[in-house]
Amino acid sequence: MTTQTANKAQLRDTRKAVGRRSSNPGWFLVSPSVLLLLLWMIVPLGMTLYFSLIRFNLLYPGENEFVGLENFSFFLTDSGFLPGIWNTVVLVLSVLIISVVGGVLVAALLEASDFIGRGIVRVMLISPFFIMPTVGALVFKNLIFHPVSGILAALWRAFGAQPIDWLANYPLASIIIIVAWQWLPFAILLLMTAIQSQDLEQKEAARLDGAGPGAIFWHLTLPHLSRPIAVVVMIETIFLLSVFAEIFTTTNGGPGFASTNLAYLIYNQALVQFDVGMASAGGLIAVVIANIAAVILVRMIGKNLTDKG
Amino acid sequence: MATLKLKNLKKGFEGLQIIKGIDLEVLDKEFVVFVGPSGCGKSTLLRLIAGLEDVSSGHIELDGRDITEVSPAKRDLAMVFQTYALYPHMTVRKNMSFALDLAGGDKAEVQRKVDDAARILELTPLLDRKPRQLSGGQRQRVAIGRAIVRNPKIFLFDEPLSNLDAALRVQMRLELARLHQELQATMIYVTHDQVEAMTLANKVVVLNGGRIEQVGSPLELYHHPANLFVAGFLGTPKMAFLKGKVSAVDTGGCEVSLDAGLQLALPHSSAALKVGDPVTLGIRPEHLELATAGQPGLSVTADVSERLGSDTFCHVLADSGEPLTVRLRGDLNNPYGQRLQLHLGAEHCHLFDANGDAVSHALRAAA
Repeated sequence: MTTQTANKAQLRDTRKAVGRRSSNPGWFLVSPSVLLLLLWMIVPLGMTLYFSLIRFNLLYPGENEFVGLENFSFFLTDSGFLPGIWNTVVLVLSVLIISVVGGVLVAALLEASDFIGRGIVRVMLISPFFIMPTVGALVFKNLIFHPVSGILAALWRAFGAQPIDWLANYPLASIIIIVAWQWLPFAILLLMTAIQSQDLEQKEAARLDGAGPGAIFWHLTLPHLSRPIAVVVMIETIFLLSVFAEIFTTTNGGPGFASTNLAYLIYNQALVQFDVGMASAGGLIAVVIANIAAVILVRMIGKNLTDKG
Repeated sequence: MATLKLKNLKKGFEGLQIIKGIDLEVLDKEFVVFVGPSGCGKSTLLRLIAGLEDVSSGHIELDGRDITEVSPAKRDLAMVFQTYALYPHMTVRKNMSFALDLAGGDKAEVQRKVDDAARILELTPLLDRKPRQLSGGQRQRVAIGRAIVRNPKIFLFDEPLSNLDAALRVQMRLELARLHQELQATMIYVTHDQVEAMTLANKVVVLNGGRIEQVGSPLELYHHPANLFVAGFLGTPKMAFLKGKVSAVDTGGCEVSLDAGLQLALPHSSAALKVGDPVTLGIRPEHLELATAGQPGLSVTADVSERLGSDTFCHVLADSGEPLTVRLRGDLNNPYGQRLQLHLGAEHCHLFDANGDAVSHALRAAA
């Protein structure tokens, strides 16, 4: 009798141990990294939230009283806010269009043609992507767009025309060109590898079906590229929403707000006007906008990515 | 009507000659199979006919019209690829109508042609699916359907069954044979599988190293191979080859003494054959049998046997070390390691001279 109860107790203990072993230790072992990642996200977000609700101007230390949503209303009604949003949208869309259309065309041309030095041309086409944004923007500012020392100015003078101060007269367009110059190679890289994976026999079958090069490009190559194009759009959108160095080194967001995007506007609040509270509010608004963009993107092209081909 | 003529067709890639002068005529409604070992140029030859490769020299004529320089689309040929090459993002219907849509055909007419082809191939319930939702056999049928709707003069098939599993391959082989009967079409078919060649073809073209070794009906090739290569390539298990020397010749035949130790009188003869010439004797497994007591025979040692139920293929070694295969009764006990006496039926033997060319039967040559 006693042995039986002892056995039962033993059995219960084993069961408990098995239960603990199967669920608890795994959770226990990953918890440090989960906690770390959580802190990594929560602390900055929490601090930004807190700063956005108080008066926090570095020029007036100590006057950190709670002001509610005042920072948000100031940021939203700031004279730079609407131009900032508009410029961000124009910048992102223009660069996306240039890099996707240009990337598809360049990749298709590279694939279709066969010439000596194709490998070198490929590397050269991709190299702008490896140049730091700051350096690229400075090169454009001083060596290309500059009204005195720029190549374009020399070209204009060669034809007897008055050189144009690109960054002053067409600030946003100039920045779009600089950013597109940096992101076009990324699109070319992705689309070129995708185009190389296109099935040769499909193209031959299309040739037998009477499709010319144009029809093959439209009916076979473009659909084949739809997924890598979606990837390019997603990744570039994420990075283009936060373009900063190119604006900082060239136009400083000006003249006026002509080339100020959201990221530059927030920087302007925090470190030029020393208004940390308002900059925090702007940062949170930027997070909301980025999320809206993400939702739209996933709705539009996410299906393309998860759809197994 | 569709007849295709190849005249001294040659093709080289960067100095390497792949097709070394092919002359061939394909008649209307024929099912021609190009067969040969891998790398023999059979696929290249098909691609030359399709226009996917440029010809180095020679001419291709379709119904008397020279199409050597005509673009693939304007040749009136349709091709079925080994990987099917279906357009992945188009439905089955769109895949099949693609060529007609590009040509700008009447919508209702295109629809009717696609529906007809789908009915023949039993694809009607699958018309709105994408290729990735189909099985291998179904994809194969779509690829064939894409060819049918164009109503081409000649169908070209590039190893169409080699991506299918064994059971499906047998089934599709039958379907292709039936399709050929139904459509009354001219077809050219490339394969490395001699079973497909034997079962499907009206005319088999055996290729080796960029040249035609022999052209003929399947049975003609099987029973009267023109040379050692064709003799060894067609037939499973392979024909056995025994080396020997001619020991006597007259107009009615010759006598051969084999290295394996047998004197054999054969009904083969030719003017060029002399005493002392090295020759090769070929014999198929089904023409070898165990010698009855007292009958002179070839002494061999039995190696492993493969028992298939209906037959037993017994692999044996002659005393000269040359391997032979014998087809024996299915219920035979395993004779591994035993000494056997084999009887060679002289009328079934093939004789090849030193160049590997067949020496014909004396009587048949005279007749």
